[in-house]
Parts: sequence; structure tokens; C-alpha cells
Amino acid sequence: MAALDEIRSAALKRIAEAGKLDALNDIRVNVLGKKGELTQLMKNLKDMTPEERPKFGQLVNSAREEIEQKLAEARDMIAKRERELALAQEVIDVTLPAKKANIGHPHPNSLALQEVERVFVGMGYEVVEGPEVEYDMYNFEKLNIPANHPAKDEQDTFYINKDILLRTQTSSVQARVMEKGKLPIRIIAPGRVFRSDEVDATHSPSFNQIEGLVVDKNITFADLKGTLAEIAKQLFGEETKVKFRPHHFPFTEPSAEVDVSCFKCGGKGCRFCKGSGWIEILGCGMVHPHVLEMCGIDPEEYTGFAFGLGLERISLLKYEIDDMRLLYENDIRFLKQF
Amino acid sequence: MDTSLNWLKAYVPGLNVTAQEYTDAMTLTGTKVEGFREPDKNLKKIVAGKIVKIERHPDADKLVVCRVDLGTETVQIVTGAPNVAEGQVVPVVLPGGKVAGGHDGGPMPEDGIEIHAGKLRGVDSYGMMCSIEELGSDRNYYPEAPENGIYILPADTELGSDVIEYLGLHDVIFEYEITSNRVDCYGVLGIAREAAATFRLPFVPPTVPETGNDENVNDYLKVRVEDPDLCPRYTARVVKNIKIAPSPWWMQRRLAAHGIRPINNIVDITNYVMEEYGQPMHAFDYDTLAGHEIVVRRAKDGDVFRTLDGQDRNMDHDVLMICDGEKEIGIAGIMGGENTMITDNVKTMVFEAACFDGTNIRLSAKRIGMRTDASGKFEKGLDPESALDAMERACALIEELGCGTVVGGMIDIYADKKPLRRIHFDPDYTNRLLGTDIDRATQFSYFRPLGLGYDPVTDDLIIPSFRQDLIRKCDIAEEVARFYGYDKIPSTLPSGEATTGSLPFNLRIEQIAQRIAEFSGFSEGKCYSFESPKVFDKLLIPADDPLRQCITILNPLGEDYSIMRTMSLNGMLSSLSTNYNRRNKNVKLYEIANVYLPKALPLTELPDERKTFTLGFYGDGDFFTMKGVIEEFLEACGMNGKLKYDPKSGRPYLHPGRQADVVYEGELIGYLGEVHPEVLDRYDIGERAYVAVLDLPKIVERVSFARKYEGIAKYPAVSRDLAMVVEKSILVGDIEEVIEAKAGDILESLAVFDVYEGGQIMMGYKSVAFNLVFRAKDHTLQEEEITRAMDSVLSGLKDMGIELRR
Repeated sequence: MAALDEIRSAALKRIAEAGKLDALNDIRVNVLGKKGELTQLMKNLKDMTPEERPKFGQLVNSAREEIEQKLAEARDMIAKRERELALAQEVIDVTLPAKKANIGHPHPNSLALQEVERVFVGMGYEVVEGPEVEYDMYNFEKLNIPANHPAKDEQDTFYINKDILLRTQTSSVQARVMEKGKLPIRIIAPGRVFRSDEVDATHSPSFNQIEGLVVDKNITFADLKGTLAEIAKQLFGEETKVKFRPHHFPFTEPSAEVDVSCFKCGGKGCRFCKGSGWIEILGCGMVHPHVLEMCGIDPEEYTGFAFGLGLERISLLKYEIDDMRLLYENDIRFLKQF
Repeated sequence: MDTSLNWLKAYVPGLNVTAQEYTDAMTLTGTKVEGFREPDKNLKKIVAGKIVKIERHPDADKLVVCRVDLGTETVQIVTGAPNVAEGQVVPVVLPGGKVAGGHDGGPMPEDGIEIHAGKLRGVDSYGMMCSIEELGSDRNYYPEAPENGIYILPADTELGSDVIEYLGLHDVIFEYEITSNRVDCYGVLGIAREAAATFRLPFVPPTVPETGNDENVNDYLKVRVEDPDLCPRYTARVVKNIKIAPSPWWMQRRLAAHGIRPINNIVDITNYVMEEYGQPMHAFDYDTLAGHEIVVRRAKDGDVFRTLDGQDRNMDHDVLMICDGEKEIGIAGIMGGENTMITDNVKTMVFEAACFDGTNIRLSAKRIGMRTDASGKFEKGLDPESALDAMERACALIEELGCGTVVGGMIDIYADKKPLRRIHFDPDYTNRLLGTDIDRATQFSYFRPLGLGYDPVTDDLIIPSFRQDLIRKCDIAEEVARFYGYDKIPSTLPSGEATTGSLPFNLRIEQIAQRIAEFSGFSEGKCYSFESPKVFDKLLIPADDPLRQCITILNPLGEDYSIMRTMSLNGMLSSLSTNYNRRNKNVKLYEIANVYLPKALPLTELPDERKTFTLGFYGDGDFFTMKGVIEEFLEACGMNGKLKYDPKSGRPYLHPGRQADVVYEGELIGYLGEVHPEVLDRYDIGERAYVAVLDLPKIVERVSFARKYEGIAKYPAVSRDLAMVVEKSILVGDIEEVIEAKAGDILESLAVFDVYEGGQIMMGYKSVAFNLVFRAKDHTLQEEEITRAMDSVLSGLKDMGIELRR
């Protein structure tokens, strides 16, 4: 009995002292193994009386169980400690730089255009495109700008020949859409336009406009106001106010220029709005009845409104780009900011 | 167009508003005020003072000490001005006052210069006497001012009175943006009419009395208009006994406020009337007119004419000339001739006020290369009625100012006088168009101040001739809208049937291209649509290449922007070059934009505009990086059909051994390659660069968004490797084609995992290793099936002359 106690307490002491999994394994082999101390002790069984045997056997087994349990506990503990140690070895500096896929960036004009398209598509507008090299007829004549109209000079047109030119305005898409005869019309037409302006910080011979056209029964100037006010809110924020000023375009009547409250300063006045609190953003008006007539639409039955928005007006202001030339240089340090 | 507030007030007497109120209100009724200038902004406490005594300064030779009587007190002022004398009345700025600029007339400080009492070389000086430059103006506008020194006021000026008032500088000059339809607003009267309507004040135009003695102008002058299409109206009168003198002070002040230099009574009256009515006039010296006759006719080609600025000008048949019995004496509506110009010795003159065809004047001025104030007015298309109004006003001023005797009667050649236009008054239409509910009386109230008449019998509005822009009902609706107030029109949304918003299919594909390019590391650039014809040489394009068939702009900004691009590479390479030369590393760019391919030259119909997806980069990556982007894009477009790369693309701007046409289902959809080193040199790019160009219309036609789930494989796959040594010239793609054809349906995938040259491989050969994965959808593959497939592959390869590497 004393031997059993001795083996048991020695084993438990060694287990408690063991610091590594190997040591525990040794203890298991030495104590519980085939030739282990406890196994050896069981051999004493044959020298015992039949009455003593069950009791002794029970004692040995309970000692075995106790040792096995302690071994398992110690093993778990050491394994846990070893994993913790290993993890501690693997500490990284999380402030080191990220490994990025280095995805590219959209052009600021595309970014602004996508925003505009999203708003208009959401309001039920179809996006359409028209040719950039265009007939004089669509760019001028069908917009109530006949031959020798001074507006043709004002727009500094690039001509290919007397009938074909580089479109000076996306309004050229208006007649193309109306001529198809499918009513009602609710479209926007974004695209490049061209005017012979020398390149400098605020001028480019190539820039982008977005034309809008709605033709239906009972379309009113009030609808134009409401639509553009809504668009302005969606593009520049819920607080944005719009101001309509009378203006003149040959292809709309009445016509207006529209200012929005400065989306940089909220209307208090800053360098972007030149202190006025307002930014001129687009021209618009009710489609001139003669324009409708030229496209075979009866102005007594149908009315419409149209507007033209300069894309760069938005992108330059919104992103505070101070030189238009940056838009065509394609310097990666510029593009990466969008 | 500028107007002086004082001048406007002469015709709108009740106009008492601040400059800002005026600006805002006028802009909202459609006369856009771009800005304003207040000439007295920096002029404060400047009064008339009389120099009663001048003494020498005890310590300075160039200074004098003046005693100046200000009416209420006499003060001491030290000055260095050379022109002062006892008894003169001069402008004096008192201590605490302000002047606009320095005495040298240099740039004026934003906030003026404050004047304080002080000592000059030890002598007290109580203020400063002022030159015209210090008062913010110059001798152009005050010709009586001395060239250098203190401005001298009339001797009878009340001492202590406001000099700024006397000089007419308590004024505001407004600058407008007048739209091309409002020709009537190019004159003070037109603006005044708008201002009166805007502020609901009476409009009081000048009263013009009848003029002329009891002689008959027809006894003096004959006028014939040979080209009435270019000259709808010509009026002329004769003035004799002319006394050239300065014009009166009030007239000089109004002209000066408009930036016009006073010259003499005759010239000033002409300019004054032009400012008032927007109608240019011209004066000829009657005694220089051969035959005392005026003929209005076209010039002859090749005529040379000397204008009154002494320049010789070349004329042509489309230029309208004013002639006398023998010679040309003026270019109609543009400039008079030297031969008949008014001099200080003129005795009798002919006044001309005419209406010329605006378009003809505009085109003539452009051809001759001479745009004048007069042509600028005529080219807008003037109202023929204003010629008469201006003539009568001018002659009234001649009599009023005593400049001469106006001969009775007027010559007025006006062949085609049009009746006043009528537009039916339709208040309901206006409300329908505007979305308003403005009652008839309110609408009607806007018309009279604008000069519109009304015929109660027909219910028509009668449009005055100066409103050539009012043609139909919608124009009347605009008049109502702008005086009702755009801001008061409600805001509503269109009420018709709902429409579905959408992007066209091709724009959706462009968005996919953008997304794939950006995910692959490419940033979006934009290039001009026009470029130099030299780019073809720069890109080594052969002389007979169809790409050189390009559209040329008639009036380009310069040769560098003179053709519409037929290929997108120049833009891309120029952009890469810009980046390279700014030392930007690893630059990847893409662009989606048109190239312009003419169907025939010269252009008779619109060209084929093809959206082109162009990618380019230098830095990390190679040919296969670019190839990867193309395949990602095509996969995103659902283009899973047969894709081939043909190295025989033969593009001179690309590396001859590193380029390929991209062929999808047998159709050429684009190309890619490494840029030819010669081209890199020309673009000054010092690294290898790669480009890919895809023709989007061809891709849009082939896109498929149909997707079908095929189940995830349940049965195990079997993998086999094949390694072979082949001649270098054999394309891996061709070997793949054979393997794919021969392996049968159970070949799930085929991948190259090693290509190797050199080492133990014979010169001119390469080692290629493939991994083949076999799988059946419905059962576990048996060894025999795989062996059968592999045998078939091997025999196929053998037919190509390829043996496996052992």
C-alpha cells in the first residue's frame, strides 16, 4: 500500500513539475506504461489473498485514473501555454503598410457624370448619345439658329465643311430624339462638345455638356423649375437652393439661367462663388414651339423643357480643380485623387 | 453695354435705388447686370476752395504755402503743384477725406488714399489740392484739366461746395450682359424702359421737338439706294453754319461716364445719340461730296478705300459702300472715309442715320478685319425706326446746343416699311405654358410699360418695332414670366405617364470596361479628339495606310489640333510620356472615347464614330499582364467563345515579336502589344510600354449576360502533365488547340505551367509543360477513359510533329 501511495504521490509531483509535453509523455510511460511502475505494482496482485485483491485492484485503478486525469490536465495546460508562446513569437507590427491591389481611379469628369446619370436615371430619364461630328442642321438650324445667325459666331464653331461641324452643344441631340416621333420624351444626352477656345486654365476647345429634354402633354415652366430644383438637391445636397434668371437661347422660350446656392459655402459667399453665394450652373427653358414644329411635333398639343449643363462646371467646382488643363494631361498623381 | 445711373435717372426720374438693389432687380427681370463701378467710391470730403494767397515755403524751393478760402474758413495748404495761382478755385480734399489715386495717374489703390493734416517740411498743411488723376479720372474725360498739376474749377464755383458733385462723379456705372435678342437694350433708352418697368416707375423719354428751317433738304442733297436689301432704310439731313465748339458740360459728363472721350459738339452729339438710341450715325463734310449726292451701293471687287483712321482697306462686291457722285466715301455701317470726314473747318455737313443689314455688316467687318463700335451695333440687326428717332434727336440737339442751322425736311429712303406685328393676347396659353394662374389683368399690366400697344377689337397686342424679338405667343409668355417673377412661378414635377430611366446597352458595357480597367490598376485618362497629322509618321504608319484617311478641320486652333483622330494610340502614348517625364513610376492608364473614321473623303456624310477602349502602361507587368486585362474584360462581358491571339498582326508601331490581334469567334476585336522601341523613342518614353486597343462596338454586339448554373462537380478529377520540346516558332496556342480538340469532353481544363528555353534545350526550341485535368459530370473516370484521351492527344501532337519530352 505504501508503495502505491509513494508511486502515486511521486507521479503527481512529477506531473506538477513537468514543463513540457515530452516530460509528461515520459511520466505516462514510466508510470502507466506496459513496464511502468503501476503496471509493475499490479503484478503484486498474484501474491495477495482473494479478499485483498479487489480492494487493491480498485486502489491501483483509482490511482491510475487520478494520474491519467492529472496528465491530461497538465497536457492541456502545457499545450495552451506553448501555443501562447508560439503566438507571442508571431506578433507583427500592424502599422506596417497595407498590401493593396492598387486599383485604378476614374477621371473626375466620369465621376461627376456617373453622379448626374444616377440622379436622372432615378427620375425616369433615358440616357442617349449623339454624334460628335454633326450636321450643321442638328447643331444649329433645327435649334432655331438659321444660317448667318449671330449665335453661330458666338459659339466659335469648328467646321469640317459647310454642312458638317464638330458639335458645339449637346443640344444637337434634341432634334435627333424628337424627330424619331416617339413621345413622351424624357432624356439626358451627355457628351463631348467643341468650341475654338485657346487652351488655358479656364478654357478648353473640348469639354462636356449634358443636355436634358422632356416633351409631353402639359409640361410647364413650373415643371422645369421643380425638376431642376430636385436635381440640384440630389447633386449638391438637400439644402441647395436654385435661382432662375431670365435669359435668351434661340431654341427655348421662355429661357432661363439657373444659379444654385454655392455648395462650397452654402450661400455665404466664398472664392468659388466669387463672394455672391450663387454659382451659375446651367441654361434652360421651354422648348421653342418652332423647334417642336421643325421636328413634326404639334406645339399646341405638346410642350417641353430643355436644359444644358456643363459637366466641367460641376467637376471643377466640386473637386476644386483650378486648372482645366489638368483634365487632359492625365498625370497619374492627379487622377489618383479621384 | 454700360449705363450711368445718372443718365438713366434722366428718363426714370423716380429711380432711387442702391446699386445692389438695381443690380438684383434688373437681373431678375432679364437685364443681367454683370457688375457696377462707383466713381466716387474713394472720393470723400473734397470741396471747392479759392487760393487767396501764395507764399514761398521757407525751407523748400519746390513747395509753396497757400491760404485757401473754403467759404466758411480759410486754411493753409502746402503744395508742390506747378500751376497754382492766386484767385484760382481748386478741389481741396480736407483732412480725414479720401482721394482715388496718386498725382502721377498710376494704378489706383483698392481703397483709395486717406488724407491727413500734417506738416510738409515743417509747415502745417490742412489738406491737399487735387489733380484730375487724384480724383480718379484723367484728361481723356476732362480735356480741360492741365497736363500736370491741380485741376482748376470755374471761377464762379461756390466755395465749400462738393467738387465730386460738380465733376459728375456721384454716379454708378452698370455693366450689362445683353442677350442677342434684345437689340433695343444696347441703348440707354432701352435699358431705362426696362428699369422703369422693373421698378414700376414712369418712363420719361426725351421730348424731341421738330427741327429745321424753311429750306428744303432736297435742294441740297440727293440720295439713291441701289441695294435696298442691304440698306432697308437711309435717312439724311443737312446742317449748315456749323460752329465747332466743345459740347456742354452735362453732355461731356454723360459721355465720360460711358467711357467716351468728349471731342467737340458735333462728334459728341453723334456719340450721345448712339449711346441713347443704340443707333450709330455718321457725319460727312457736305462740301466734299461730289455732286452733292449720296449713292448706297456695293463695292467693286478690288476697290481700295482709305478709312478715316488713314488705313487703306481692300473691298469686295459684298461690302456695302456709301458713295458720292464720283467716289466711295464710307464703308456702310463700319467706318467713314478720310476723304469726307468732318474737320474743325467744316461749314455744312450731312448727317446720316441708316439701317443696314446686320448679317452683311457682320460678315463684311469680319472680312475687312475691322470691327468698330458702329458695326458692333449694326450687326445685331437694328430697328429701321430707330434711324429716324436718332436723326430727329440729333438735329434737336444741334439746335438746342446752337451748333448750326438744320435745313428743313428729311431724306428718308425706306422702301419696305413693315406694319407693326400683332400677337393675339392669350392669357390662358401663358398660364398653361408657365404652370401659373396669373389673371388677365395682371398679365396685361406688364405690357404698357414695355411699350406694347393693344387693339381691343381684335384682342391683339401690338408690338413696337424695337421689340423684334417678340414674334409669337411664347415670347409674350416670357414677358409675363419675367415681370411676374421667375421666383414666383411654382415648382412642380411633370405629371405625365411615368417613364423608366435607363442607360443604353453600350454605356453599360463601357461601365464594365471602366470597372475591369480600374480593378486591374488602370486609371482613366481623357485625350483630345483632334490631333496633329504628324502623329501618323510618329507612329510609323505607312503612307498608304487607310488610317491616314482622316477628317480635317477647316479652322483648327493650329496644326496640332487639325485632324480628327482615327486611332487612339497617340493620346495614350502622349499621356504615358507626360507621366514618364514627370518621373511617375508604374503608370497604367485607360481611355474610352471615340475615333472618327470617315466613310469617304471629302466628307459627305457623318463619319463612323467608334468608341475605343485603350489601355497603356509602363512599369510593373508585361505583355501577359495586358492580355490578362483583356480576358478579364471579355469574361465580364460574358464572352466565353473562341478567343485567339494572332501574332501576325503586322502593326508597325508595335514590337514585331510582341504583338497580337485579338480575334473573337473569328472577328478582329482589337490588338495588344509592346510598343515598338522606335516609337517609344519618339514619344520620349524610356521604358518598355504596353498597349491594348479594343473596338467597343464589336464587343457590344457580342456581349452575353446569359448565365446558367452548371452544378459543382461531384466526381473526382484526374490530373495529367504533358511536357514536350517544340520548335520555338510553334505557338502554345496552336498546341492547346490540338489538345483541346483531341482530349474530348472529359477534358475539364488545360493550363500551361512551364515554358522554358536554354539550358539543356536545343537552340531554337522550347520546352512546354501542360497540366490536363479530366473529369466527367456523371461518373468517376476509369483509367481506360483517361488513357484513351491521352493517347488521342499524343497522336494529335505527333501529327503536328511533336514528341513528348522524356
